[in-house]
Amino acid sequence: MKKFISIILVLVIALSVFAACGQKTDGKEDLVMATNAAFPPYEFKEGDKIVGIDAEIAAAIADKLGMNLVIEDVDFGAVLTGVAEGKYDMGMAGITVTEDRKKTMDFSDTYATGIQVIIVKDGSPITSLDDIFEFNADGDPVALKNPDIKVGVQENTTGDIYSSSAITGWGFNDLNEDESVKTDRVVRYKTGAEAVSALKSDKVDCVIIDNEPAKSFVATNEGIHILEGENEYAVEDYAICVKKGDSELLTKINKALADLKADGTVDKIVNKYIPKDGGAQ
Amino acid sequence: MVLTNSFWDTAPPWLIKMKEDFILNFVDAGRWKWLVEGLGNTLLITLFALLIGLVIGVVIAAVRSTYDKNRESMEMQKGFGYYLLKIVNGICNLYLTVIRGTPVVVQLLIMYFIVFASSRDSLMVAIIAFGINSGAYVAEILRGGIMSIDNGQFEAGRSLGFNYVQTMIHIIIPQVFKNVLPTLCNEFIVLLKETSVAGYVGIVDLTKAGDLIRGRTFSAFMPLIAVALIYLAMVVILTALVSALERRLRKSER
Repeated sequence: MKKFISIILVLVIALSVFAACGQKTDGKEDLVMATNAAFPPYEFKEGDKIVGIDAEIAAAIADKLGMNLVIEDVDFGAVLTGVAEGKYDMGMAGITVTEDRKKTMDFSDTYATGIQVIIVKDGSPITSLDDIFEFNADGDPVALKNPDIKVGVQENTTGDIYSSSAITGWGFNDLNEDESVKTDRVVRYKTGAEAVSALKSDKVDCVIIDNEPAKSFVATNEGIHILEGENEYAVEDYAICVKKGDSELLTKINKALADLKADGTVDKIVNKYIPKDGGAQ
Repeated sequence: MVLTNSFWDTAPPWLIKMKEDFILNFVDAGRWKWLVEGLGNTLLITLFALLIGLVIGVVIAAVRSTYDKNRESMEMQKGFGYYLLKIVNGICNLYLTVIRGTPVVVQLLIMYFIVFASSRDSLMVAIIAFGINSGAYVAEILRGGIMSIDNGQFEAGRSLGFNYVQTMIHIIIPQVFKNVLPTLCNEFIVLLKETSVAGYVGIVDLTKAGDLIRGRTFSAFMPLIAVALIYLAMVVILTALVSALERRLRKSER
């Protein structure tokens, strides 16, 4: 009996210690933000800290709302699914507002715009988007022009969805004989950085990715460049996403965002990471 | 059609939600094709990696067990064969240490980005990477099986006039095969599931197919459960086949 009581006591003490760990020391509520920290300059790791435009804006918003910002670094796909399923309070990862995404999550006002660009190796025969895709009358890519070209993207990003719409065949390459396009012509990597390193070792012929991370990648890697003048085809709005129907949080975020825009904080953060002179970083 | 319509009219809301989820995740935009493609690639990688693994495993197990079994007698002769075997055995040991000492994802990425840096066929790279990985485990399973056979069996073979190789083929290997089958089956199951990291090098395998659907529909339940069920079904079928084989082999025991 003594033994039993002592076990119970130990358990109680252990539990209360755990409970104490969970308590907020400053009484603030957590604001959990999901991101994919391999997308400079919006979010990237500096040492073990996640920094970047999104991280700083989120911190400013949390500050306005009187909440504690907690950043979770997960796959880009997991950011979207996690927010849609309510696992995270909000998602901020250079997320483009699309019609499909609007169906399953709510978006805040936009805080930045992005454009999709093409990165190629120096001396690549690809000089424009027309060298990669064939387009229909609406300007959507419907096929790959040259079935030998491989396009590298980060999985589940707008670059992936855009490129994938050009791929209609079956996976087994030859199962559908009249399909000249093989589905493995779009190679989807976990991060943009992996796609770029695949480009450098000729595993893919071009990488389609958002403009700003593309600039960072080109600045830190030799022998690759962004195709100039070929980046106007997909202008996108970045916004914060929250679980569908969470209008209370969304209103608060929108209000904080409006305040931060008004007092110039957003501009200041953006300018800090993206120099106005055209990104000669 | 009338019948089905009336069923969905009276169905509980959660079931209707399930139906909508199912249609969104698998039917819309032909998303089920992702899963078929992924399943195909998973099976392709597993099958060929298994074959490569078996070949590597048999060769290495042969070298290692021959060395272990004959070391003492060969040490006395100190012939050329002894030194050759010693070197080859050392290389095999190094291979086992490196392969079993590093995670398969790391090996896959090394293969993809460094060893086969110029290859564009990621499926081929994955098959080789998983094959080389599996070979190490198969080798040790086989060696364990050979070493577990009683030495009296060898001695009996030798006293019947068989040489070392003949003893192996006619007396030892048949017993080994029966003994290692469950463990080997285990290794194949592990291999099948390990291929789920192939997505790291841009291959659309079954897991990645689920991820891609998830990233486009933003619902977690349907794609993940579907992928899990497909893996489960494959393993159940594989296990059933192996136990059928085991039963047949056991017939000779009585």
